[in-house]
Amino acid sequence: MIIKNVQDLKLVADRYNAEFGKYEHTVYVCGGGGCISSKCQATKDFVESYIKELGLTDKVNVVFTGCMGTCAMGPVVLIEPERIYYVHVTPERAKDIIDRQVVKGEVIEEYTFFDANLQKHIPCIDDIPFFAEQVQIVLNKCGKIPFDSIEAYIAKGGFTAEAKAFGMTQEQIVDEVTKSGLRGRGGAGFPTGIKWSAGMKAPGENKCIVCNADEGDPGAFMDRSAIEGDPFCLIEGMTIGGYAIGAHNGYVYCRAEYPVAVERFNKAAEIAREWGLLGKNILGSGFDFDIELRIGAGAFVCGEETALMSSIEGQRGEPRQKPPFPFESGLFGYPTIINNVETYYNIAEIINKGADWFASYGVGRSKGTKVFALAGDVINTGIVEVPMGMPLRKLIFEIGGGIVDGKKFKAAQIGGPSGGCITEKNLDTSVDYESLTSLGAIMGSGGLIVMSEDTCMVDTARFFMQFIQDESCGKCTPCRIGTKRMLEILERIVAGNGTLEDLDTLEELSHVIKDTAMCGLGQTAPNPVLSTISNFRDEYEAHIVDKSCPAHVCSALAKYYIDPEKCRGCTLCARNCPVQCISGKVKEPHVIDQSKCIKCGACQANCKFGAVIKK
Amino acid sequence: MSKVNITINGKPYEAEAGKTILEVARENNIYIPTLCYLEGVNQYGGCRLCMVEVETNGRPMRNLQAACMIKISDGMSIKTNTERVRKARKVNLELLLSCHPKDCLSCPRSLDCELQTLSRRLNVTEPRFEGEMKDLPVEISTVMTRDMSKCVNCRRCVAMCNKIQKIGVLNAQKRGFKTVIQPSFGMNIADTDCTNCGQCISVCPVGALRETDAIDPVVKAIEDPNKYTIVQVAPAVRVAIGEPFGMPSGSVATGKMVTALKALNFDEVFDVNFGADLTIMEEGTEFLQRAKAALTGGEAVLPMMTSCSPGWIKFIEHRYPELLPNLSSCKSPHMMQGALVKTYYAEKLGKDPKDIYLVSVMPCTAKKFEIARPEMNENGVPDVDAVLTTRELANMIKQAGIDFVNLPDSEFDPPMGISTGAADIFGVTGGVMEAALRTVYELVTGRELPCENLHVAPLGDSTQIKTASLTFENVLPEYKFLEGFTANVAVTSGFDGAAQVMEMVKAGKAFHFIEVMGCPGGCIVGGGQPRGVKAEKWAARKAGIYAIDEGKQLRKSHENPAIKAIYEEYLGQPCGHKSHEILHTHYTARGKYNELI
Repeated sequence: MIIKNVQDLKLVADRYNAEFGKYEHTVYVCGGGGCISSKCQATKDFVESYIKELGLTDKVNVVFTGCMGTCAMGPVVLIEPERIYYVHVTPERAKDIIDRQVVKGEVIEEYTFFDANLQKHIPCIDDIPFFAEQVQIVLNKCGKIPFDSIEAYIAKGGFTAEAKAFGMTQEQIVDEVTKSGLRGRGGAGFPTGIKWSAGMKAPGENKCIVCNADEGDPGAFMDRSAIEGDPFCLIEGMTIGGYAIGAHNGYVYCRAEYPVAVERFNKAAEIAREWGLLGKNILGSGFDFDIELRIGAGAFVCGEETALMSSIEGQRGEPRQKPPFPFESGLFGYPTIINNVETYYNIAEIINKGADWFASYGVGRSKGTKVFALAGDVINTGIVEVPMGMPLRKLIFEIGGGIVDGKKFKAAQIGGPSGGCITEKNLDTSVDYESLTSLGAIMGSGGLIVMSEDTCMVDTARFFMQFIQDESCGKCTPCRIGTKRMLEILERIVAGNGTLEDLDTLEELSHVIKDTAMCGLGQTAPNPVLSTISNFRDEYEAHIVDKSCPAHVCSALAKYYIDPEKCRGCTLCARNCPVQCISGKVKEPHVIDQSKCIKCGACQANCKFGAVIKK
Repeated sequence: MSKVNITINGKPYEAEAGKTILEVARENNIYIPTLCYLEGVNQYGGCRLCMVEVETNGRPMRNLQAACMIKISDGMSIKTNTERVRKARKVNLELLLSCHPKDCLSCPRSLDCELQTLSRRLNVTEPRFEGEMKDLPVEISTVMTRDMSKCVNCRRCVAMCNKIQKIGVLNAQKRGFKTVIQPSFGMNIADTDCTNCGQCISVCPVGALRETDAIDPVVKAIEDPNKYTIVQVAPAVRVAIGEPFGMPSGSVATGKMVTALKALNFDEVFDVNFGADLTIMEEGTEFLQRAKAALTGGEAVLPMMTSCSPGWIKFIEHRYPELLPNLSSCKSPHMMQGALVKTYYAEKLGKDPKDIYLVSVMPCTAKKFEIARPEMNENGVPDVDAVLTTRELANMIKQAGIDFVNLPDSEFDPPMGISTGAADIFGVTGGVMEAALRTVYELVTGRELPCENLHVAPLGDSTQIKTASLTFENVLPEYKFLEGFTANVAVTSGFDGAAQVMEMVKAGKAFHFIEVMGCPGGCIVGGGQPRGVKAEKWAARKAGIYAIDEGKQLRKSHENPAIKAIYEEYLGQPCGHKSHEILHTHYTARGKYNELI
């Protein structure tokens, strides 16, 4: 059908809700990226066929949703109305859950979420701290509705903001967004309202609005989850943005590594077109708007807005000099507004509930919420959305459940390769743009990598520098060659060949690269190095002076020893050593010849008594 | 243009709005180092050597800014010489040097290298930041030698190939430190639709791009007692050859050049101008034949297009093969002359053509490809044996220890040293057309071309596409069919203009005669000419060419007595049987990978 007005939206919502209300139970199976990897499709197929087999299709509704958040625990399933949250739901577990939970109303506690802090299972989703502490504006529908149903989206209030926006003037929308204090969620945190205002005022018949879905930070998957779980919300946000600035053409630039997001968004856009929510005269407003998805080839630099535009235009993805800014001369030379995925996901709620409501979340100049992808050595890896201003400690230890294997926290890398690390002493910092920047990190797009005591910070800096060097577009000298030289120095240091002068050179190069690189990628590239040097200088010095890696990560500096107390003289290590550097008689402690050892670790891997120690 | 007020290093300046910081600084003799920037070609902001501190509205910008990219605005305050600026520039230069081979002593660009000059100017005194080098194989084609280990990624060649010439063969491939400028998929340039125009070479600041050197085989031939070596020089060379020796652009150095060539022990020194006059006779006649056919109901392909520029020939073979019948079948002037040397003149000398070694000195790199075309030979003997660019000739003269500037003048050797002013202007865009019109008009009407000083305005100026019309009235009886006919001519140079004109032709625009030169501005700024800022050199060299033309007694090709003689003695008549045998050629359609179609 074609939705022509608010009444039509209400009609669809009522119809859907009535249909939905017929069921006694709903089984939500997560179809997010993490759960897909853990074979949720099999679980969902099984649930559907088993429900059919039991003849319960009239009573039990099965819904395949987007990401629910606990990505390490997939496949996850939520049963309503009881709101019991099951994890690691294999088809075998699913059978039990249907037999006992759905049919008999009996909670299977051992299949439910296990909270590592509280050391117990918490069956009801609403009691789990991981969920209870979140405030979801961006993700308010993600994981809660079938991602491919426009009716479900409408039933949850979808497109009402768009209808409301069409009743407002462009200025009113821009004012509302400005007043809300929403800032760009892609990294730099530029106020969205000010950007839109510039776009609105830019002269020209043709304007473009672009969504940057080229999420490239290692360990970040917020935007992917949002698009995969709730693609219609992006359409609504961009349509409102397009209307506000006077653009009729929207582009979503999504990386090719996100095939599921690409497929689901394209499907959603197709449905939206069929329903008249993209195309000519949307909702009877007289406003024409459509969105085209362009697939990027996976270059990190194409997340930089000017490089992104070059890529859409079919050019090599290289940044351009600013000014001119995109709002002056952007895509194909037209005034263009580019926002990150998450930014658009806030728009509908701001229009519906008002700037004041939105601004009631957050602190200082950081309003609303922020979605983070928790990754690394944290127990609850996954997607979370928290109000700005939450202490980092709470984010990592309460929501994230703390550090795996009872290890000690060492640092959190915020902002990906452009960001910096936050250490134990600053764990109570408020997560907002200004506080993070003051600590040498950045909010970034929301990648949050938690590192335990087993992480070598020099090696981490080397990892990010390798990433930057691989991804530098090669346009400007400081980024193309400077980061290469920095990488080589870091490689020297982790190999035990560094000198103290190398640290000075790293700092010298860092400052020049920051000061002279053309784009944001280059200007922020030295951040992980500067931040680790300033927080962990002793660790660098240990590599350089003592030739040791305190975290025992850097293999070139590691040494393997055999603990004579534990060694039983079984000879297994000696027989597996590829360079025959382990000697010892049978049933007597063995010894490793350090001068010959190539540090391959075969002895440690083969020892059955834990006698081989890496130092 | 409105004016804005800025300060540079605390001193106030008034400058035109819309200009960049670099432009204003240069106008006021304030030095800012640049490497990737090239006026009119490349404004790229990649090398980061032109960094300056900028303050707008009283607020300092957080980072240093590239002076070549940032436009001035009212109240802007710029500092070009602070410690922060100097340090940043030097570190970036040192980074560039850190992966640049340190073989300056044996580099062909030594002392003529912009990177080397910057190193001195920015006082780089020790190698810093050493690490991995770019270890890439040197690619050698018939035309050019590409040593990408020396490339500094300034992208001037990329801009030339993509923005100016719009050929699009060269671009950056790969990312990060591995970024390399090459054709897609790392193909060899010889396997692409590169036109060999050599404009990339002429803008390269370092030793990464150069013509494939032909000096060695030429020297070998000179030294070979069994070879009779003849050299012939294109019109555009004489106004540029003085530059590498410190003479101002446009200095007419014909006499010194001939003396130098004789000092290099060539047996004879000919002028390609002779071939140019011959070309006008052949091409003019071909045009009249086509026009006659068209106007008398016969079959004729019009507009006819000139065929002097080998870059242009390769361009049309790749891009507009359907228009190949429009190309004049005339060989280019030096090839015509080569064919005559290897036939007529060999006979006259009583030598086996195989024993004659003919060298062309050209402002052009594409000529190196042209002489290797399989059709360019007479009975298996190549028309021309080697092509030297103007730059190579200058190198040869330097190697020979010849004091070029103080040489006395000499004359070209007869018979192929005699020429008219019409031939000289072949070196400038519009020149071939003007030369052709001087002869065609006079042949048809018996009167001199009715233009001031014989110059057809605006064909000679620097506009990309120029058109003119010429009506034939009171024609001689044998050209009755042309009475009242208005010939529409077009002139363009550079492949961007060429493509535009070809599209006009395809769209049915009624042109009759079109001149195309591959290099923007014509041969005087050809890919084989001494490097330097295009616009200034173009004007000076053009002035030099026109001065030669205007200074000559004979300014119309058909008045050349040597040409008359050769028709009487050997060729018979223009476009006659003999001409067709040796002075004309044919073309082949080519695909994107230079495969013949």
